[in-house]
Amino acid sequence: MAVENRRLGALMFLPAVAYIVLLIGVPFVLAMMYAFSDARIGSGASLHFVGLDNFRSILQSPSFRAALRNSIVFTVVAQIIVIICSTILSIALEKPFRGRKFLRFLILLPWVAPISLGAIGWKWILDSIYSVITWVLIWLHFYKPYGAPMWLGEPHLAMASVILVHCWRLIPFSTVIMLAGLTAIPKEIPEAAAIDGAGFWRTLFQINIPMMAPIISVAVLFGTIFTFTDMTVVYILTAGGPFDSTQTLPSLAFAVGIQGSDLAAGAATSLFLVPALVLIAYFMLRAAHRAEVV
Amino acid sequence: MPRLTLRKFGARALHVSVLLIFTVLLAFPFYWMLIATFKQNIDLYTVENNPFIFNLPPTLDHLKLLFFETRYVRWLGNTALVGVIVVAITLVLSLPAAYALARLTGRWGQRIGIAIFLTYLVPSTLLFIPLSRVVAVLGLQDTIWSVVLVYPSFTVPFSIWLLMGFFKSIPAELEDAAMVDGLTRFGAFVKLVIPISTSGILTVVIFTFTLVTQEFVYALTFISPESQQMVGVGIPIFLVRGDVYFWGSLMAACLITSVPIALLYNMFLDRFIAGFTVGAIK
Repeated sequence: MAVENRRLGALMFLPAVAYIVLLIGVPFVLAMMYAFSDARIGSGASLHFVGLDNFRSILQSPSFRAALRNSIVFTVVAQIIVIICSTILSIALEKPFRGRKFLRFLILLPWVAPISLGAIGWKWILDSIYSVITWVLIWLHFYKPYGAPMWLGEPHLAMASVILVHCWRLIPFSTVIMLAGLTAIPKEIPEAAAIDGAGFWRTLFQINIPMMAPIISVAVLFGTIFTFTDMTVVYILTAGGPFDSTQTLPSLAFAVGIQGSDLAAGAATSLFLVPALVLIAYFMLRAAHRAEVV
Repeated sequence: MPRLTLRKFGARALHVSVLLIFTVLLAFPFYWMLIATFKQNIDLYTVENNPFIFNLPPTLDHLKLLFFETRYVRWLGNTALVGVIVVAITLVLSLPAAYALARLTGRWGQRIGIAIFLTYLVPSTLLFIPLSRVVAVLGLQDTIWSVVLVYPSFTVPFSIWLLMGFFKSIPAELEDAAMVDGLTRFGAFVKLVIPISTSGILTVVIFTFTLVTQEFVYALTFISPESQQMVGVGIPIFLVRGDVYFWGSLMAACLITSVPIALLYNMFLDRFIAGFTVGAIK
């Protein structure tokens, strides 16, 4: 019976596993092979290997260095902001109140709407001439008419804009994940603390937040992946400019590999995502393992 | 006592203002899309005008342009078609796989399940370069079939993960009883387990469909003709002519496309979150 079950089981999951291997496993290996070859768009099916040439040349490229630095900076800064904001927001949303469902829908919009469309919405908000932010700042007399900076045209402001849009998209996601974690905390514990005389802040910092730690780490792990591997926000807002100041590894890989036809250099660039992914996978496995043991 | 009520009032004011500030900041771009959708061009493009109000009467011009003079409707159709096909492929692959891993394969199933979940972490921005070549070799470039082929690679892993949790919550005695009554194991899966799993299946359908509409990188890489676009690429890339942005129509398209997807997603939100947080919450 057990053997029969196992045979049927193998038969039932084999198609899915084959599909995953063919469309994730094989391309993953291909990406590594391309990185050591001189493949270009239109260069035919056979690969010609060139050793570490691609890595040597991209490591010397200023664009790549900017992309590597930006990828790390954007991800880390966005995660810090997202965690602080979504902890606050999830605590504010925890207790039932009238209109909570509707409010949750509005808050979730940035996460559930297609990211390319949200990003183009921001591109309009941050427009060089018709930006609503510019209008408000001029109205408040912070700037003279036509004297305001171009939000996406100056390196530091463009970087801040990309981070802003990532935060805008991820705060809803982290918030609902943390809400799920908050509701899973047994109500008796904070209540007992309140009876023992602990105030709101003390309960928050000594009971709720520590008990939320595992769920916060889940939100951080997913958030890190979503920011680090994203190219949509950068591609639509700034296309990596001005002067590569918002270039990230994925957007550079696209610019070099697809738009520039240099598949090999593009693949080598995107391979630099892998160490971070391996690290995240490790932490996820640890979390899964811990949950199983408990 | 007055001090206590004052404190209570303060806490309430803080609570309300936190909610208000976040809601306004997060929902603002969508409100902004709504305003731009109905504004006349002269109103949109006059720097001195207060952008928050209609300085000139609202207009339907942007909607007319969007629906009658661009390929927007075609992109919606392409996306819906791809969505339906990808949903079908996803269900065919992930239903049996999830059942097998939940019920039939024991400890191995658990491990393979986790391995499958980890593949969900491999991003499109790592695979799009080799896949662009695979798509070209198969002759699928510039057609929607390229994304039909590739999209299940990210919908299947997450669907298997969601359905595994779902199947595990069905009492095994149900199938045992059905098998005593003469059904084979596979028969019990098809005739008993699938019919009682409608809500799990529906969750996968909605999740897959929203992922298809949200995807950007593969569609951008594989498809270049305007008529073959998916909605997520067509709007931000092809509603721009040269350097001219048709902001009114662009914002209308963003809003009209986003809101239905958001409504659908919202209905099934709690289940998706359960999929993300398996393990971290007991």
